Amino acid sequence: MTELAEHVAAIGRPLKRKEDARLLTGKTQWTDNIQLAGALHMAILRSPMGHAKITKLDVSGALKYPGVEAAYGAAELGDLNASVPCVWPVTDDMVAPDFPALAKGEVRHMGDCVALVLAGTAAQAADALEGIVVEYSALPAVINMDDAIKEGSPLVHSDKGTNKCYTYKLQPQGDGAYEAAKAKADVVVKRRFVNQRLIPSAMEPRAVVASPMGTSGELTIWSATQVPHVLRVLLALVTGVSENKLRVVAPDVGGGFGGKLQCYREEILCVALANKLGRPIKWTETRSEDMMATHHGRDQLQDIEIAATKDGKLLGLKVDLIANMGAYLQIITPGIPLLGMFMYPAIYKMDAYDFSCIGVFTNTTPTDAYRGAGRPESTYAIERIMDELANELGMEPMELRKKNWIKHEEFPYTTVAGLTYDSGNYEAATDKAMALFKYDELRKEQVKRRASGDKVQLGIGISTFTEMCGLAPSRTLGALKYVAGGWEHCTIRVLPTGKVELVTGTSPHGQGHETAWSQIASDTLGIPVDDIEVIHGDTRTSPYGMDTYGSRSLAVGGQAILRAGEKVVEKARLIAAHQLECSANDLEFDHGVFRVKGDPSKEKAIQAVAFEAFSAHDLPDGLEPTLQAESTVDPQDFSYPHGTHLCAMEVDTETGKSTIRSYVCVDDIGIQINPLIVEGQVHGGLAQGIAQALYEGAVYDSDGQLLTASFADYLVPSAPDLPSFVTDHTVTPSTTNPLGTKGVGEAGAIASTPAVINAIVDALRPYGVNDVPMPALPMTVWRTLNAARQGGK
Amino acid sequence: MIPSKFDYVRPKSVDEAVAALKAGGEDSKVIAGGQSMLPLLRLRLAAPSVLVDCARIDEMKGIKDNGDSVTIGAASTHWDVMNSDIVKTHVKLLADATATVADPQIRHRGTFGGALAHGDPAGDLPAVVLALDATLEIAGSKGRRQVAAKDFFLDYFTTAVGPDEILVSITIPKLGKGWGTCYEKFNRSANGWAVVGVAAAVKVDGGKITEARIALTNCAAIPVRASSVESALKGVAVSASEIEKASQSAADGTRATSDLAADKEYREHLMRVITARAVSCAAGV
Ligand SMILES: Cc1cc2nc3c(=O)[nH]c(=O)nc-3n(C[C@H](O)[C@H](O)[C@H](O)COP(=O)(O)OP(=O)(O)OC[C@H]3O[C@@H](n4cnc5c(N)ncnc54)[C@H](O)[C@@H]3O)c2cc1C
Repeated sequence: MTELAEHVAAIGRPLKRKEDARLLTGKTQWTDNIQLAGALHMAILRSPMGHAKITKLDVSGALKYPGVEAAYGAAELGDLNASVPCVWPVTDDMVAPDFPALAKGEVRHMGDCVALVLAGTAAQAADALEGIVVEYSALPAVINMDDAIKEGSPLVHSDKGTNKCYTYKLQPQGDGAYEAAKAKADVVVKRRFVNQRLIPSAMEPRAVVASPMGTSGELTIWSATQVPHVLRVLLALVTGVSENKLRVVAPDVGGGFGGKLQCYREEILCVALANKLGRPIKWTETRSEDMMATHHGRDQLQDIEIAATKDGKLLGLKVDLIANMGAYLQIITPGIPLLGMFMYPAIYKMDAYDFSCIGVFTNTTPTDAYRGAGRPESTYAIERIMDELANELGMEPMELRKKNWIKHEEFPYTTVAGLTYDSGNYEAATDKAMALFKYDELRKEQVKRRASGDKVQLGIGISTFTEMCGLAPSRTLGALKYVAGGWEHCTIRVLPTGKVELVTGTSPHGQGHETAWSQIASDTLGIPVDDIEVIHGDTRTSPYGMDTYGSRSLAVGGQAILRAGEKVVEKARLIAAHQLECSANDLEFDHGVFRVKGDPSKEKAIQAVAFEAFSAHDLPDGLEPTLQAESTVDPQDFSYPHGTHLCAMEVDTETGKSTIRSYVCVDDIGIQINPLIVEGQVHGGLAQGIAQALYEGAVYDSDGQLLTASFADYLVPSAPDLPSFVTDHTVTPSTTNPLGTKGVGEAGAIASTPAVINAIVDALRPYGVNDVPMPALPMTVWRTLNAARQGGK
Repeated sequence: MIPSKFDYVRPKSVDEAVAALKAGGEDSKVIAGGQSMLPLLRLRLAAPSVLVDCARIDEMKGIKDNGDSVTIGAASTHWDVMNSDIVKTHVKLLADATATVADPQIRHRGTFGGALAHGDPAGDLPAVVLALDATLEIAGSKGRRQVAAKDFFLDYFTTAVGPDEILVSITIPKLGKGWGTCYEKFNRSANGWAVVGVAAAVKVDGGKITEARIALTNCAAIPVRASSVESALKGVAVSASEIEKASQSAADGTRATSDLAADKEYREHLMRVITARAVSCAAGV
């Protein structure tokens, strides 16, 4: 055997990501790179209308175009026109309209699928769309949520008789508890915040290849998806193809942010048509399609009221949401606001909480998970209203927070929303952040600029956030009526040569799992990181998994890796003890080597044990050959990362332009497996959270035309738009999982938005500004400032 | 999106290119850097039958110092222009404005001539050639002609370049002693198009502004000179408050549009603010 590399402790090291070379150079199989002989390319004709009856649809013209093999409208597709599934019926009486892959007689949002063409090349398919004749008769559209729930509003689904999808209530202290708390209050602040609609905009657009010619008769689907496992179950259910004849592969995937956590119409169509025609079907969306037909995120109206005593003690919180579902329900559309429901009370102690949410249909693209999914919305509202309350009370906003947050010695702490936070240290993170930020100096400069009437005002924004992530204990999900569980799986195989295959059910699409998972397994097995290969994203090679979203992969999947690794070591110990002729208890295991206690000359490396397990010449009686183990872990609880984010903002009062001067965040995500990856996740999250505050917002006109349908109008910021972030951390390990980790995938996106807006409002407070709508683009800020100067609100 | 089918030719000379355009008929189109053309093709907003690629015609490349003026080949990329010593020394306004165009990838492909011939009201460079009184040379089947910048831009995406014509080069007179210039661009994101842009060239003598040339980007269908500000600035002391006062008429004669970035009222407000800033910067305030 070759010389074995030595194991060096891997957890906690900022290793560069193993996967980056191939991802950055593009030397990998993105779904669109997959070329199969005989494939037909699908192009989709989409509704240009927000709401209309299809009065005529004739696809036959497309058949005359070169290379075209077939064309379908709903009529031609017949029974193959399956419906997009929703797996989270949040209430028993939820209104769940049918969502057929191809529209049946009526289109309900711009981008709704009307017809499709299959041709020999993608170009031929695109050309042939021009041969389809379709006539629409416009129906009144409803875009605005307040309008949608009014009597007499146009209906998105006329057969349902209402635009209301559901009403959900949570009153943990009982009906009337909030009112009672409010009655004792000296100060009550009430606001409506608009958490605008966002478009996830992953770098790689969606793409699907469905081939009936798998290696052994199965139907293989390559998809740019975050959720190959979930997708397989759902595709089996909706298309009727037997689950054990379906193989879903998520090759390297270029970002998702929730937008690829879905079972999309186009995926359903590709599978149904490949199955029917016996030929591979391929589809890759254009950026324009991505912007109108990949699900959107956020879009909630938040009426929030907070009650406190005059010395700043919080008494109660009431939140009434109206949440935009869009035109249809997709995988977990209705549940998104409920993921935020528990988090409005955030890190604060109070006596009563009252929550309600009305889900509403409008003639817009369906909404669903987008980085943070519900929690950015709740964090935004609570952190914004804390600043407004501080202003009302005449208190320094950080002092108000300190007065009300859970103290580090009070953990575990059960919040007014009913969650038990296992650990945290808000004091430590805040102290560190304030020192890095030079909080006091900035406050002094602010006073000066205010006094001199500087055209450029300085504002300081705070966000002391926490979030719940690591989805999720299966029973909790069941109690919330979500149909699946929240466990995760790992199999570890130590091969005869001492190399390791680690099979995970998580499905990375940019997160660096191959590196981080190797680090966990490396320390558990005592085998070098480079000797560990992580296998993921293919239901044939990693049959069990719940995939990647909601900052769950490490928090949940990490536990499965640890447990599977421990099982491998337990088995290896039995073999080593047998061969070293001692009892298993007499062995110590250190950096991959079993040694007999008291006689360290007698030793056996785990790699050697793996070979013994393979040859099986000399195993203990009754022990099965091979060195492998698997583990499926259902998490004990969610994890609750937290942090303090501080933003210093310069606002040009002449033009309304806001420029971030400095941004400091100190996040506590528990034990860090790979600090470099953590930093990357925080940076990306900050960029997206800041984007919501300053740049991004999907805008529809009253007919349902998406006005921000390209990157020229939908402003995704790039590096020069963002400051140089100062990131740091504190470490308060999670106590509900053995690795002590929490999630970090969404932290930056959740925490930063309110910090940025609070900073703008703080800068403009002397002019009478109390709120600034998002995105706080220059014209919006200028208008807000003008209105305030003229004595408006 | 995938463009409709088109033919593609890459002529070696201006004459060949003109012939190819003529042969291609109405549906033929010049392509240079493709940075504006390709999006139109991909969105199927344009479907030319022939694309005549002028990006590699030698005669249309290169930057020349003529003594009292500078001539820039229309096919010079933004990158070539902003890094040219000749341009940086003698037409600094153009170098500065070009550095604000889009991002490095686009600047490496997009061309000066393409940016002018495209006639995009939000493009930064039309205002620069207008402020500097440049002359543009156009070649067609009937020969060559010279067009003054003020006569070049006709309407939204419409210029003096006819269907079978090609913009060959741009000649910009040098500013003499005492001139300072500045391109002030107001955009919503760092790589974004101008909401309003102001190209200013100001001559200062004895602490006073003696002459000013100011052109505005994205304030009408074509770039416009802020002539009332130009006259108001004459004789004004070089001070921020005086310049601000003189800039109050910046929106006169403009036809501001309303879009997601700015409605008319805000855009007109920006014209005043950004003009004052551009002039102050050019005058060294
Ligand atoms: C994302 C993005 C951001 C951008 N941001 C900015 C910005 O901030 N500011 C800015 O000013 N520009 C911006 N641009 C446009 C950029 O400057 C383009 O390069 C320029 O507008 C066109 O130059 P081109 O060489 O690419 O022309 P092409 O795209 O090749 O052609 C554009 C048009 O001009 C015609 N044309 C080109 N060359 C000639 C010629 N020599 N004679 C006759 N007709 C010709 C073509 O027929 C076509 O109609 C941006 C472009 C993109 C894609």
